[in-house]
Amino acid sequence: MSTATPSSRHWRKPPFITNPLLRWGILIGCVVYAVWALYTLPFDWARIQEGMSRAQRIFSGAFPPSFERSELLIEGLLESFKIAILATLLGLALSVPIAFMAARNIAAKPIYLLGRGLIITARSFHPVIVAILFVKAVGFGPIAGVLTLTIYSIGFVAKMLAERIEEIDWGQVEALRSSGTRYVAVLQFAVLPQIMPRQIGLAMYQLDSNLRASAVVGIVGAGGIGATLMNAFGRYDYAFALAITLVIIAVILVVEAISGRIRRNIW
Amino acid sequence: MSLTTIAVEHLSKTFGHSPVLQDVGFEIRAGERVALVGPSGSGKSTLLRHLVGLTKANRHSDSRVTVMDRCIQRRGRLARGSRAQRCRTGYIFQQFNLVGRLSVMTNVLIGRLGCMPRWRALIGRFTPEEHEMALRSLKRVGLEELAHQRANTLSGGQMQRVAIARVLMQDADIILADEPIASLDPRSAREVMDTLQRINEEDGRTIVVSLHQVDYARDYCQRAIALKHGQVYFDGPIDQLTDIRLAYLYANAELDKPHESRFPASAPTALRVAG
Repeated sequence: MSTATPSSRHWRKPPFITNPLLRWGILIGCVVYAVWALYTLPFDWARIQEGMSRAQRIFSGAFPPSFERSELLIEGLLESFKIAILATLLGLALSVPIAFMAARNIAAKPIYLLGRGLIITARSFHPVIVAILFVKAVGFGPIAGVLTLTIYSIGFVAKMLAERIEEIDWGQVEALRSSGTRYVAVLQFAVLPQIMPRQIGLAMYQLDSNLRASAVVGIVGAGGIGATLMNAFGRYDYAFALAITLVIIAVILVVEAISGRIRRNIW
Repeated sequence: MSLTTIAVEHLSKTFGHSPVLQDVGFEIRAGERVALVGPSGSGKSTLLRHLVGLTKANRHSDSRVTVMDRCIQRRGRLARGSRAQRCRTGYIFQQFNLVGRLSVMTNVLIGRLGCMPRWRALIGRFTPEEHEMALRSLKRVGLEELAHQRANTLSGGQMQRVAIARVLMQDADIILADEPIASLDPRSAREVMDTLQRINEEDGRTIVVSLHQVDYARDYCQRAIALKHGQVYFDGPIDQLTDIRLAYLYANAELDKPHESRFPASAPTALRVAG
């Protein structure tokens, strides 16, 4: 009680971690680890210095950006669009049933575990790693890109949709069940209407996300604008590479603005 | 068909360790209008849910629920074919449970899904006759002009009348209503109860309605079944549910209704005058 006497009238924010020993211990531990990691990682300062001048050469070579081979650029961009749209459609078609499987409130336990397993598998690797696998499996080109982004879409859309299904108003389901409606018709009339806005929002988000990712997976050989970019680097055509980069940024800005507006109006 | 339309025998239900229903049994004849009364927590909703198989009774009890001579559940297991049987029983919820994003018309039509052929229910293709029937149902609850409005734009009373139209669409012989007016204002409550009464009188459909306002039970029902602590406390004509019996029904139920016991003794009458 004596500590509560007004020795200081000012309120002080209580520390995030109450125990001072633990608080300082964690802080010192972090600093020590960072220093140790920096010290033990094999940084080769000589090579970094060498690289700096090379980077300078690349950037000076990249200005001004060259749109001379713009038909190649447009071709790559269109291919990226095709990859992204196909992968989004395919991914959505697969993720809706998987989401229904992975929702605890409407799926039986074994099916739920299977659905969750599929989602976890699809989410466990970054699209670039999946793309490398698919490029090895089906060869260079857009097919590998479509397959990669399909997996990527399933991982995200199915997970978010399953979580939305688990949050539905259960009363609407019971209303239909109490009138003797069969299971699939209950899903159709009581569950689907409730998740539809989220479903459309996710589809729009995934489309622009796939477009961004399609540029990345192209770099490892899965087709699209990423492949064009990689080729430009391979030919030391830095001006063209910069042009491609600028166009990618512009396209993604536009697509994100459009999909953002659509999602806002639907939500 | 025999006169008895709902028969409940030795129904017991326990949630965790708390018994909700204990050896409940009664029979309801076709065309009756029965009020289910009792303090909240006395098991009214749980009892109604058992009648359509939304809840299953305890496994080890010797329970049996029969609706229109067909077994719904026995010894805590749903009977085969109980889904088809449910089409003949309409259920009305306190929270209406309309599909908010669909139109009023569709909400009425989906009452029919249970007795439609499988493929037609799946794709939701309703015949012109079914559309006509839905419009007739809406007309009977006085809402035909709202048919194409979205269900979540309606008021509470309107939503509950759409729910009644959905039950009519089902062409259910028995209508179970679980606190249908508990979240409605007095005028909407009257409208809903009037509608239910009219349906009972015109079509002869059996109506079992759980109510926590005894006044409404007295005005609208012929018979009352009162539950207390999960047991049948009273079962008989509503006029025999006297004030003294009611006082006993709600006595010692303060634990379930903390907000009422906190009022001073004079408050209920004062509230009634104000209402």
